[in-house]
Amino acid sequence: MSWCRIQALVLRYTYLYTRSVPRVTEIFFWPLMDLLVWGYVTLYLQRIGGVSAPANVFMFLLGAMIFWDILYRAQQGVTLSFLEDVWARNLLNVFVAPVRIGEFVLATYIVGLFRITITVAMLAGLAYALYSFNIFSLGMSLLPFFANLLLMGWALGMVTTSLIMRWGQAAEALAWGVPFLIQPIAAVFYPLDVLPRWVQPIALCIPATHVFEGMRQVLRGEGVSAASLTAAFALNAIYLVAAALFFRYMFDVARRKGLLAKLGTQ
Amino acid sequence: MNDAIVQVEHLRKEFSGTVAVADVSFNVRKGEIVGLLGANGAGKTTTIQILLGLTTPTSGSVRVFGKDLERHRCEILQRCNFCSAYTALPSNLKVRENLRVSGGLYGVPDLFRKMDALLSLFEIAHLKNKVTGQLSSGESTRVNLCKALLNDPELLMLDEPTASLDPNIADKVRKLLRKIQREQGITMIYTSHNMRDVEEVCDRVLFLHKGLIIAEGTPQEVITQFNHKTLEEVFITVARSGDLLEETT
Ligand SMILES: Nc1ncnc2c1ncn2[C@@H]1O[C@H](COP(=O)(O)OP(=O)(O)OP(=O)(O)O)[C@@H](O)[C@H]1O
Ligand SMILES: [Mg+2]
Repeated sequence: MSWCRIQALVLRYTYLYTRSVPRVTEIFFWPLMDLLVWGYVTLYLQRIGGVSAPANVFMFLLGAMIFWDILYRAQQGVTLSFLEDVWARNLLNVFVAPVRIGEFVLATYIVGLFRITITVAMLAGLAYALYSFNIFSLGMSLLPFFANLLLMGWALGMVTTSLIMRWGQAAEALAWGVPFLIQPIAAVFYPLDVLPRWVQPIALCIPATHVFEGMRQVLRGEGVSAASLTAAFALNAIYLVAAALFFRYMFDVARRKGLLAKLGTQ
Repeated sequence: MNDAIVQVEHLRKEFSGTVAVADVSFNVRKGEIVGLLGANGAGKTTTIQILLGLTTPTSGSVRVFGKDLERHRCEILQRCNFCSAYTALPSNLKVRENLRVSGGLYGVPDLFRKMDALLSLFEIAHLKNKVTGQLSSGESTRVNLCKALLNDPELLMLDEPTASLDPNIADKVRKLLRKIQREQGITMIYTSHNMRDVEEVCDRVLFLHKGLIIAEGTPQEVITQFNHKTLEEVFITVARSGDLLEETT
């Protein structure tokens, strides 16, 4: 691992992100739109629920929205960094340089972390200003939740990147689509027990499910459940290793099929 | 041949059914400029990509600087570089930002001085603060060449580097490449469809046809061997007779 090369890659993505209007809107604009929609939906729900609506429904939905964004943006950070290179026909310049695959992946992780830190800071500020929702009311449990969503985002990002590396532009839509394949069963906006009984064991295999369940627990004032956190970390460890192996495998397939060169020049 | 920088033996590459490189063996000595010639689809780019470790061979061995490419890929790439008319540096970065990033990838010491020297060498110092995407294709080719020389490569692979240059700039670039090769002893592997390029720049050429080397030597040797006056005539004969050969078999 060379820190110098990782730094150069991160510098590159920083230049790229600050110059590209679509990338900047991804960091600021879309999350803001999400926040507005979910914010007003919850306001409305509270109103029609009248006094009978539990006060924390509001917090559940907004908290879930912000948490979902962490996962989604972390995945995007990894995948879009790779796609940026494809679009710029620059992939070859990266892979003919002595860049190790681990350094490349680590750089995209770091970029993912930067992106979501900015997005979350903005969302947290606005949620407080507009809806007096204070995400810091989650206290110290915020950190492990954040970490788990980030880890899962990275793993998902590596998987989508691998698929794009293998299937090229045809698979590009996956960059935005893959997280949404998981959303319905990850108990993001509703508790796990709302899901059909047979889906629940599948949902429990997703690290994010434990994070969203844990978040609702904390917001209900029941404190952090060590079990949810342990489950989330353990699952993430498995998925990250699996995703890294998958990435490595697809990288080798791409080299065998001459796809790196094709992706880099078409 | 202990001064061989590149040793390729019985290289073969198949892409699900297509044979891109059938059976190719050659050496490249230190300081030599070797041209890979051949019709479209002859296997030039594939060969270069294998030498860069971007594509893995189906069989055969590739040694660069005396080391096995697959096992020492990063170490070898640190001492090589590449430039092609078909790749680009990110278009929304400024020229100097792009070079700074590339320099970082190779860990170039005293990077800014090196950047300035190369930009002046290619007469594009005035473009330093321009956005790369706004350059003309000839200008961006020269920026690509600067990038390719940033790490003082010992082996430089150039895939049609002059494809988008006007005759004047192409001439300058050819002379510069020769100058750099003379002064720094850089080894180069060069592909081009411009036979003048090849005659002027290359010490030795390898004619590829359907993934096989069918002629080899200095440009003059090859021209004499085929009883022609120019490399261009040889090229056309090779391309057509190769097809004839195939039809009769
Ligand atoms: N990734 C790939 N998958 C499948 N076939 C490929 C791939 N890359 C190259 N080929 C095939 O291999 C053959 C050699 O291609 P290559 O790009 O090496 O030719 P070339 O000599 O560089 O040609 P040109 O002068 O057109 O650049 C061609 O028939 C091409 O279709
Ligand atoms: Mg080619």
